[in-house]
Amino acid sequence: MPEPETTGLLAMPPRLPPWLSRAMEPLPLAPLQPALALMLACVGRSYPDLYDRLGEHAEKRFGVDPTDLPLAFVLEPRPGRPVARAVRTLPAGLDTCIRGPLAGLIGMAEGTLDGDALFFSRVLWVEGDVAASLALRNAIDDARIDFGKLLLGGFGPLGARLAEFIRVRMRARPVAGGSSWN
Amino acid sequence: MELICPAGTPASLEAAVEAGADAVYCGFRDETNARNFPGLNFSRHELRKGIALAHRHGVKVLVAINTFARAGSFGLWQAAIDDAVAAGADALILADLATLDYAARHHPTQRLHVSVQAGAANPDAIRFYAESFGTRRVVLPRVLNVMEIASIVRESACETEVFVFGGLCVMEEGRCSLSSYATGQSPNMNGVCSPASHVAYTEREGQIVSTLGGFTINSFGKDEPAGYPTLCKGRFNTPKGSGYIFEEPVSLDAAVMLPALREAGVTALKIEGRQRGRAYIAGVVRSFRNILAALDEGHRAPISGLAAMAEGQASTVGAYRKGWR
Amino acid sequence: MQITLGPALYHWQPERWRDFYFRIADEAPIDTVVVGEAVCSKRMPFKQDDIPAVVERLEAGGKRVLHASLILVSLPRERRQTRELMQAAEVEVEINDLTCLASLRERAFAVGPFVNVYNEATAGFLAARGATRICLPPELPLPAVAAIAAAVPQIAVEVFAFGKVPLAISARCYHARAHKLTKDNCRFVCERDPDGMPVKTLDGAGFLSVNGVQTLSDSCASLLCDLPALGRAGVASLRLSPQSCDMVAVARLFREVIDERIAPADAERRLGEIYPDVPFSNGFLHGAPGHIRWEASGALR
Repeated sequence: MPEPETTGLLAMPPRLPPWLSRAMEPLPLAPLQPALALMLACVGRSYPDLYDRLGEHAEKRFGVDPTDLPLAFVLEPRPGRPVARAVRTLPAGLDTCIRGPLAGLIGMAEGTLDGDALFFSRVLWVEGDVAASLALRNAIDDARIDFGKLLLGGFGPLGARLAEFIRVRMRARPVAGGSSWN
Repeated sequence: MELICPAGTPASLEAAVEAGADAVYCGFRDETNARNFPGLNFSRHELRKGIALAHRHGVKVLVAINTFARAGSFGLWQAAIDDAVAAGADALILADLATLDYAARHHPTQRLHVSVQAGAANPDAIRFYAESFGTRRVVLPRVLNVMEIASIVRESACETEVFVFGGLCVMEEGRCSLSSYATGQSPNMNGVCSPASHVAYTEREGQIVSTLGGFTINSFGKDEPAGYPTLCKGRFNTPKGSGYIFEEPVSLDAAVMLPALREAGVTALKIEGRQRGRAYIAGVVRSFRNILAALDEGHRAPISGLAAMAEGQASTVGAYRKGWR
Repeated sequence: MQITLGPALYHWQPERWRDFYFRIADEAPIDTVVVGEAVCSKRMPFKQDDIPAVVERLEAGGKRVLHASLILVSLPRERRQTRELMQAAEVEVEINDLTCLASLRERAFAVGPFVNVYNEATAGFLAARGATRICLPPELPLPAVAAIAAAVPQIAVEVFAFGKVPLAISARCYHARAHKLTKDNCRFVCERDPDGMPVKTLDGAGFLSVNGVQTLSDSCASLLCDLPALGRAGVASLRLSPQSCDMVAVARLFREVIDERIAPADAERRLGEIYPDVPFSNGFLHGAPGHIRWEASGALR
């Protein structure tokens, strides 16, 4: 389980290099869908308390938009029949949408980065139903989801290695001169 | 000085315990506590487990039941008090005369703290609570400077607890209906200030505009640090000009005041932020634990470097230093 | 149903303040008048000298007089003033902070709208200590008002029925801040805004008004159209909070509606002539945002 670390506090999550985004653009999304479904099923099994925290917001439609990737995700947690799918662009009619660089989104989901701090620094942005986004953030923060294990479940060993890559390479770096003090 | 740390979820409670909290405060997942936010707070079962975990590590758990009971529904607040006592809470943090009276009568051995929401801002008010309900500690409103705190400590038999980090109320706590006026949701009755359900962000002419209950609270340029659309930290127009007429989007960081607060005789230091994630909890608690350790060894308090955690990414020592008013 | 005039919350010049009460004493159909400075202890010296004459005139006019305590008591001077007021044998007090209970001993008192009375148990606790009347916090919805009035019948329950709604109190002075002054050296700039300093949103919508350390609503509460429901809820008294308008006319209008000599909707239209260019609101009573004007058919903004 990844532990929160103080080095993350003053950190700006880095953005993925633009070439990676361009390189990924032509790739089909179809192979992603079954992996996402597997991951979601795994989340539902491993973290049942998550739905308690989401409450009424479990019925909402969430958009998650990693701004440095050429794709986004639609998430409908609905207990019993959850849906997650990758899309090129987010459809209209979502209840709420969270945007930010992938490393920021993962850091927040893993609890290594503070969502509010990312919001205050304008790294993350929320549109639509702010309460739903907050409930999702709080539920995930409490669940302490292990994304390495999750990706292993969804993508097999390749996924686990991807998670490790993200964890090491995308680790938030301290900002130079980032402490303002008065 | 004791370090009192927030926990909005069991994971945060664990993070606070691991990071060196002396006590953790939390509340039930309903309107009986003043941080009734979506996805936050404890079920009865989670509270029992959380208290057991904290006690295994020698950490206390204080349960905040600090809203004002709704007329006709006092049962909800009574049940919260009874269940927190049964779960083994080390103290209850209460604000309403009704809940204080009930707890004092029905659980006379239970340790009671006066919540900041009670707005007990002077030794006379504190004495009233102590004499009426046997309260052992008072959480002081964020309107006092260190000299005033020192004189309260001198005059009061009650222990004192003061906020040292996190969100900063510029109005007296427990007597503010600004949020209620804009949204219909009241901090005192519903446990929410500037509720997320009434917040909207929209883009207008390259600016991000935040609104609360339809009222524009602020407008940010592309790369300007942002704050919550909390009413008292918004930008408004007056005949004397426009700007942050109440307070800038800053949060409290009184790390540099710790030696003075210790000198003043304060019993406990409180970190605000039950609504924040466990990254915040772990980082802030560890940072203050280090400062306190340094103080105990006679070093100067090291700079905590928590600016990124702050609203608007700026901090203030608030009312602790004279001149804030 | 009775009418109470709350304390003038704004910093009016001493003569204006005195003459306001003289006229109320002589002309207004009001049962109880609360005098004194509730908002800022620095303003107290301006009133002190006129209070005896004002009280005498009010009592000569058949009014019961209550003396308001400060809302926020923190300085040693404020504690002393509060203690002295509570122990003054000859006056009836209205407490605006629980600090007062530390020095009130065995005597009847009134409770102002700044004390957090949200439920029947709190009202009962205060009644046991000697409270005889309670003006409930303005944000209380009607069901709560009714529950409290039913549970504590020995107490005269009052609601905030007219005036800009007091929403917050602070140790910080926002008038001084707007004028780039410190509170200690405020030059009493709040005197320049006898009806509060308007606070608008960035896009020009009326929102709040500032009165020194106090923040009020921009809209003016009017419960004229709710009087029948308030009567059924067991409300004994209506509080009118002084604004910069003809408060005698306001009191007469409320009296006429209480006596059913004029329809509430017509009365509110006339209220708009007495206190023009200010939106009316009653949202709090209906469990809605406070700024909303709620009519039987639904919410209108």
